[in-house]
Amino acid sequence: MALPDAEQTIAALADRMRGAVAFDAKFVGIYSGGAWVAERLAAMIDGEHPVGYIDVSFYRDDFSRTGLKPEVKRTELPFEVEGATIVLVDDVLYTGRSVRAAINELFDFGRPACVELAVLVDRGGRELPIEPTYAGARLAVARDLSIVLSRAEDGRLTLTTEAGGA
Amino acid sequence: MRNPQLNAQGELTHLLTLEGLPAEVIVRILDTAVPFASIAERDVKKVPLLRGRSVFNLFFENSTRTRTTFEIAAKRLSADVINLNIGFSSTSKGETLLDTVDNLVAMNADMFVVRHSQSGAPHLIAAHLNRTGRLHVHVVNAGDGRHQHPTQGLLDLFTIRHYKKDFRALTVGIVGDVLHSRVARSLIHGLTTLGTPEVRAIGPKTLLPTDLQALGVQVYNDTHSGLAGCDVVVMLRLQNERMKGALLPSVGEYFKHYGLTPEKLALAKPDAIVMHPGPMNRGVEIDSAVADGERSVIFSQVTFGIAVRMAVLSILAGN
Repeated sequence: MALPDAEQTIAALADRMRGAVAFDAKFVGIYSGGAWVAERLAAMIDGEHPVGYIDVSFYRDDFSRTGLKPEVKRTELPFEVEGATIVLVDDVLYTGRSVRAAINELFDFGRPACVELAVLVDRGGRELPIEPTYAGARLAVARDLSIVLSRAEDGRLTLTTEAGGA
Repeated sequence: MRNPQLNAQGELTHLLTLEGLPAEVIVRILDTAVPFASIAERDVKKVPLLRGRSVFNLFFENSTRTRTTFEIAAKRLSADVINLNIGFSSTSKGETLLDTVDNLVAMNADMFVVRHSQSGAPHLIAAHLNRTGRLHVHVVNAGDGRHQHPTQGLLDLFTIRHYKKDFRALTVGIVGDVLHSRVARSLIHGLTTLGTPEVRAIGPKTLLPTDLQALGVQVYNDTHSGLAGCDVVVMLRLQNERMKGALLPSVGEYFKHYGLTPEKLALAKPDAIVMHPGPMNRGVEIDSAVADGERSVIFSQVTFGIAVRMAVLSILAGN
């Protein structure tokens, strides 16, 4: 199936967020794709948006079924979460389970004033009552396909599909 | 026969020994401990990973530090922790080890952290659980006799990697009572598996095992030549009971030859780190000036030990 160009979608998402997002909002990318998107958005949008990173492995709801994934990254939030406006950033929003885990983890660092959600692609298929505040593109994708964001050495982002649901 | 630590898929399901454990399994534990180490810096020093699981600390032999750090590790993973000092209860009434285990499994234990004075006790429990098909119950060896203390070995490896980055360029000196030390045994296996080119055992002949060369370890009876050029110096505790067995002339004599003083440490590399598994005997194997000096990473070892045990518990629980 035809997927949108990741670079154009990021630019469209940045346009949507510019002026809408709080000037001092802090961006938190969910590893790994969300981290790349968060860095790009922070660079494209005016304002002071420090970037933090979250790895939700310790908060996932499928640990009993799948165990711990091999490469867990360090969650790094180089700012106060208490009282902050946080924009969680992910590459693909599907069931909403990663976002649920990320919100739970965030609150273990403090009580944010507000949490928003920005995603590059919203592919539908939600299993939890979670909706993005900002979405770059909305797509309908067959359940047996995953949408994967990858980054080339020069930093260019691309969207591809892979067999096997996310 | 399959390695009893691994399941049919080759995943780690019990941690009994570092001997024969593939490098990728060790590296995965060390890598997983890195994000766990930063949890201590959060407002809420806890993650929900093992919520609803029960970890039984089964200590047939006393150990405050190891038991406490396992307890903290399990609690930071949100597991329920039950501490049993078995030495004072059932076994003294005649119950067998495996009957004790079966009773605790009937209480829905998910994991056993076992310390025992008999080498092989954790192995026996793990084999019993495997044989009876209770594959969801995991065993961690927290020290068995003279055999192994794998999580101590792993936290030593984590500490060395933290300060020295690459094992493949290191000279590591292990000083003291290697013969009776399960800590040394675990560390030697780990260092060798991760490709450390030079591992030295330094101590009096009476306290060094005879099979060291077979493990690829260089043997030194003289501390001065043994410490020369070391990147890492690991001091072992001199167990008081060894004095009684005529293995050593006196504490003073031991300290003179093998105790780590600033003068002896000066023979190692200028940026060498000093480690000790604890508890320390100041003035016996280590001088206070070294133990409290800037090259000592002894208290970092304790802190890292919690993260490493969190990694072990969560990897096992997921397999």
